[in-house]
Amino acid sequence: MPRIGRPRPAIPAAIRINDLSKRYGGPDGVLAMDGVTLDIPAGDFVCVVGASGCGKSTLLRILAGFEDATSGTLTVAEEPVTGPSPERGVVFQDYGLFPWLTVAENVAYGPRQSRLQRDEVKRRTTQNIAAVGLERFANRYPSELSGGMQQRVAIARVLANQPSVLLMDEPFGALDALTRSTLQTELARIHRDTGTTVVFVTHSIEEAVYLSNRVVVMQGGASHGIPGHIAEVVDVPLGENRSVTSPEFNEIKRHISSLVHAELTTTATE
Amino acid sequence: MTTSTTKSPSTHPPSTHTAAPAADATTAKTAEGTAAAKNASPSKSSQRHTILRKKTGAIALALPVPLVFLALWQLGVQQAWSLPLGIQMGFLPTPVEVARRIADFAVGGIVNDAFSGTLLIHLWASTQRVLAGFAIAAALAIPLGVLMGRSRILNDMLEPGLNLLRPIPVTAWVPLAMLIIGYGDMSTIFLVVLAAFFPILINTVAGVQQVPVRLLEAAAMLGTPQVQTLYKVVIPAASRSIVAGMRVALGLAWVILVVGETVGISTGLGATITQARDMSKTDLIVAGMVIIGIAGFLADRLLVGLIKVLTKGRPTLT
Repeated sequence: MPRIGRPRPAIPAAIRINDLSKRYGGPDGVLAMDGVTLDIPAGDFVCVVGASGCGKSTLLRILAGFEDATSGTLTVAEEPVTGPSPERGVVFQDYGLFPWLTVAENVAYGPRQSRLQRDEVKRRTTQNIAAVGLERFANRYPSELSGGMQQRVAIARVLANQPSVLLMDEPFGALDALTRSTLQTELARIHRDTGTTVVFVTHSIEEAVYLSNRVVVMQGGASHGIPGHIAEVVDVPLGENRSVTSPEFNEIKRHISSLVHAELTTTATE
Repeated sequence: MTTSTTKSPSTHPPSTHTAAPAADATTAKTAEGTAAAKNASPSKSSQRHTILRKKTGAIALALPVPLVFLALWQLGVQQAWSLPLGIQMGFLPTPVEVARRIADFAVGGIVNDAFSGTLLIHLWASTQRVLAGFAIAAALAIPLGVLMGRSRILNDMLEPGLNLLRPIPVTAWVPLAMLIIGYGDMSTIFLVVLAAFFPILINTVAGVQQVPVRLLEAAAMLGTPQVQTLYKVVIPAASRSIVAGMRVALGLAWVILVVGETVGISTGLGATITQARDMSKTDLIVAGMVIIGIAGFLADRLLVGLIKVLTKGRPTLT
C-alpha cells in the first residue's frame, strides 16, 4: 500500500517475481505470459527486451498494478502489489501528461496528491523540472513542447513522487534518434543520482545494453503458440561510461540479438 | 547558449537503428529548446496587425449576404410577392417597420401601445426561465453523464430508457406539462429542463467514454483515488464535449422557451409573440423573433466566455 503524506528520500525497492502468469479472456483465453520468475535487487537497472507480443509490456503493466496476474506472486519492497501506487512511477511511451496542466502543474500533481506541505511540493517541483532541464518551460502546456520535452516532463512528474521503483514502457520509442540518445544519457544520470530501481521495456537491444545492469530477454507470445517467458537474463558488467563501439559492448549485444533472432528464424522455418 | 556542432564524443548512447555518433547531449537539448521558444513568441505588433486585417476581411465577407436579404425582404413586401409554399410576403412587415417596433419595444415613444418600452421586463422574465431550466439540466446531466460514461453497469441500466424518452419532442410534452404542473413559470422551466437535459447528457457520456485510458492510468499511478479521478481527470479531459453539449442545450432552451411561454403566461418574449399573434401585430411578432435570436446568440457567447474565464484559457484534450 502507498505510504502517502510523508516526505522522504527515495528508497529503492527490490522486486520479487515468482512464477507469474497472465491469461487474457477468461479460463479458456490466451496465455500471454507464463512462469516468469525474476529477482530484481534494489537499485538495479533492468531492461526487458524481446520481439513484439512476448509479454514484456504485460509484465510491466502487472508490475505497475494496472493489471492483475492470473497466478504467481509479485512483491515490491516485500509488499504484494495490489494496484497502482506513487511508489511505482510509470513512464509511458505516449507520455500521458495532463494537457490542461502546465509543466509545473503536471510535475506538482503527484506531490499535491500526496498532500505534502506547500513548500515541499514547490521544492520537489522546481528540483525535478531542473533535473530534466526544463526550467524555462515550467509555465508552458505540454502541447507547446516537443515529444522529447514532453517525455522529460513525464519523467520529472514521476520522480517528484520519489518512487522506489521506476517503470518505463518503451519510453523513448516514439522519439527521434537524436532526442532519444540525449534522454538515454540523462536517464543514466538520473539513475545514478537517485539510485531508484528501474525496469525498462524496450525494442532496442542496443538501448538495453547501454542502460542496464542486466537484460531480461523474453521469448514466445501468442504468434509463436507458446506463452511469453524469460529466455535468459544477461548480465551487463560494463562500467559507467559505455561506448557502443567497444568490443565488450558488442559482444553482449550480439549474444542478446542471437537470442531474440534465434526465435524469429525458428518460427519462420516452421 | 553556445555549443560546438561536431564534437565527436568518445562515449555516446545508442540511437534507434544505427550506432553512428550523434551530436552530444547539450546540442540536442538546446536545439529542442530554441525550436519551441521560437514557435511560441512571434513579434507582437505584426501579430496584432494580421489579426486586424483578418477581422476587416471577415466583416467585408459577412456583410453582403444580410444586406441583400434585407433588400429583397423590403422589395418583396412592397410588391407583395407570392413565394412557393403559399408564402404571401404582402402580409409581412417591412424590415423598417420591424426596426421601428424593436426601438419602440425597447424604449417606447413611437407606437405607444401596451408593449412600448417593456422589452427589458419580457427579456428578463425569459432569461430567468432559460437560466433556471438550463442550470437544473446541467446540474443533473453532467454528473449523470460522467457516471454513465465511466460505469458500464449504470450505462446499461439507464441508456435504453433514456434513449426511448429522447425522441419524444419537447413540444409533445407541452399539453401534459400544462396539466400536471399548470400554467406558469414552473411548466416553462420544466420544458426547458427537458430540452436541455439530453444534449448535455449525451455529449457528456460520449466525451467521458473517449477519455484516453492512458490519462486514467497516469492519474492512478500518481496516487489519485478513483472518485477523485472523476473530477481531476475525467471532467477536464471530457470538457470539450461537455461544453459542446451545453451550447447545443442552451440554444434549444431558447427555442423551447417560445413554446413554453405560449399559454397562460403574460410576461416573456414567447408570451409577447403569442399576444402579438392574437392582435395580428406582425411587426411585433418579427421583433420578438429577432430579439429571441439575438438573446440566444448572446447567451451562447456569454457561456463560451464564462467557460473561458473559469478554465483560464487552458488547453483541452483534442
